[in-house]
Amino acid sequence: MNKSPSLAANFVNKLNTFYFSIMEELIAKILEAVEVGKVDQKSPFPPQMRGMEGAFELTTRAIEAGVPPQAILDRSLIPAMEIVGRKFSENKIFVPQMLMSAKAMGAAMVQLKPFFASGAVKTKGTFIIGTVKGDLHDIGKNLVSMMVEGGGWTIVDLGVDVPAERFIEALTQHPGAVVGLSALLTTTMVSMGEIVSRIREYSSDTRILIGGAPVNADFCRRIGADHYSPDPQGAVNYLNRLIA
Amino acid sequence: MLYKKLIIEDPSALMFGLAPKPVSTPRGLVIGGGKVYSELNFTLPEMRINQTTVQEVYGHYTETVKGALDRAVHLNSAGVIIEFETLLEMTRYPEIGIEIIKRMNEICEDYFVKHGLPTEIRLTPNDLREFERPALQRTSKLLDPMMELFEKGMTAGGDLLSIESTGGKEVSDEALMMCDIKGVLFALAVLGVRDMRFLWRKIVDLARSQGKIAAGDSACGFANTAMVLAEKKYIPRVFAALVRVISVVRSVVAMEEGAVGPDKDCGYEGPYLKAITGIPISMEGKTAACAHLSPIGNIACACADLWSNESVQNIKLLSGMAPVAYMEQLEYDVRLMNEALKAGTLHRDILQQLLVSSDIYTDPQALVLAPDNVIAISKALLTGDSYVANARNGALKALDIIEEAHTSGKMVLPEMELTWLPLLRDDLQSIPDDEERFVEMMLPMLDQSKFILSEYGL
Repeated sequence: MNKSPSLAANFVNKLNTFYFSIMEELIAKILEAVEVGKVDQKSPFPPQMRGMEGAFELTTRAIEAGVPPQAILDRSLIPAMEIVGRKFSENKIFVPQMLMSAKAMGAAMVQLKPFFASGAVKTKGTFIIGTVKGDLHDIGKNLVSMMVEGGGWTIVDLGVDVPAERFIEALTQHPGAVVGLSALLTTTMVSMGEIVSRIREYSSDTRILIGGAPVNADFCRRIGADHYSPDPQGAVNYLNRLIA
Repeated sequence: MLYKKLIIEDPSALMFGLAPKPVSTPRGLVIGGGKVYSELNFTLPEMRINQTTVQEVYGHYTETVKGALDRAVHLNSAGVIIEFETLLEMTRYPEIGIEIIKRMNEICEDYFVKHGLPTEIRLTPNDLREFERPALQRTSKLLDPMMELFEKGMTAGGDLLSIESTGGKEVSDEALMMCDIKGVLFALAVLGVRDMRFLWRKIVDLARSQGKIAAGDSACGFANTAMVLAEKKYIPRVFAALVRVISVVRSVVAMEEGAVGPDKDCGYEGPYLKAITGIPISMEGKTAACAHLSPIGNIACACADLWSNESVQNIKLLSGMAPVAYMEQLEYDVRLMNEALKAGTLHRDILQQLLVSSDIYTDPQALVLAPDNVIAISKALLTGDSYVANARNGALKALDIIEEAHTSGKMVLPEMELTWLPLLRDDLQSIPDDEERFVEMMLPMLDQSKFILSEYGL
């Protein structure tokens, strides 16, 4: 039996709507999984979601269902981490909850990796981060690194006790990257000034962000860095302003 | 744990200025012998340490000690400990640290001879081993400058030896951020205990070789990191309180190896060490806000034998240089405690009661430092046949105390803290008694590229 063209178009429309709603549902579910830190089905955290699908499985399904990878990044992962960052800034969750969200995001990103390689998905930019020479403290640095990655940036983490040469070497590999310097000691914060000068000699327009217990906005100005952030979310906000 | 029975079983005997095993120093301080003394620590202002600046560095240390001891004399101080907690370059290049001790000790001797002020230097080198990742806890060449500074620093005038050792920190840092109590217990009760045994055997031997005092360690990089993170609201306070309790089994190993106290100021596990071993302890609280914030400003004082400011930069304040100002603050605090001790049992008990009651229910970390709770938890810490079981039992007892304080309405905990209590209890209860079984259980869950088991004798 021949269907009229209007009936066929109607059917296709309904099918599109159906697929669209499935895709929208998956995007929403991935966002929720990342927000609450549900990594995968086996993960016991959070206790109220034991046995349920996590970011890993949901992202797999989303890609299979044809959800564009860029949409997963832009509409699920980044907004989820923005919510997490906001909750953390408002003291509504602790770091471990934020870390579980970052892990959930990481599980989703594993599925998106091939699309990054092919250029189908793009991050906001590259952020090179390290604790300055002479200083081994990395808890604050790691938090910033995790939140910035969650904000959609590619991270190049140089670790601790990092001299100026290694920051410059990383900049040669990642031209245009933003640099983050961390220090916890009054004697190592001095290294920050030297590293900023060396980076400026190499590339005067590189944006440099600093953080750590002994430093402040005044010190930031004195050493010629571009921004001081007292917390991880402040770093994310600053980076996002750079590309706005 | 070698200790099977508490030295102090009665909470009322856990008192400031009084320790069952007081420590006498060459210039006549009797720490824990009936008086509390100030312990002053300071650091450089923002500056580099190198060949060009080293004379300026020496100048900072000598001028600061002179200024602080002048003030101490003016305030009729009964005696002072100067803690020389080195900056990295002073341990990495021990000759710098040794020269500073020599110059400071000459000043201490001068004040002792001219003014009768007994002052001693506590020497606290850096644990350089953490500069290598993964750390070579037993085979690192970085142990050489550390030991050289201990050895020659004693000859130069360092009488009390301490360190903030870092064994287990490779695991602890991440465990703290994840609120992974099993990871923390592995870091402290397995790796930390083993490293403390290795390190403190060496330090005690060195101290004995020169007739000096092997004082004690501090779980600063573990439990104080937890406390500071909790103050920033990064991790739950209930978790930080448990980390403090677990750290006891690691810090007590120094005493098992022969350290005699006074334990280090930033080791808030000190009251437990005092109850378990009878040693005198140094503590810091409200007068250490220059270095870090804490929820235990008064209660930390309750059974202190030395009262410290942790560290302050040598910068100018309205009154004078910061270390001198802190010398004065410490002196007024200890003067009050010493007056209470002189006035008798009733007065000292009342002062202690006020120090405790003003903080106890404001934070779980304060709760676990109240003398009654210290004794109850210390008893639990001694139950079990392994450090792992000791730590787990102590932490579970602390959890009971926290829950009881909340249930009874004495301590208010917000919902986001309460959420963690059952999770922490489940995790603690899953820990076996046996170290070997615990290690087997934990290894698959840890990033083994971050630590080397053989460097801990495993």
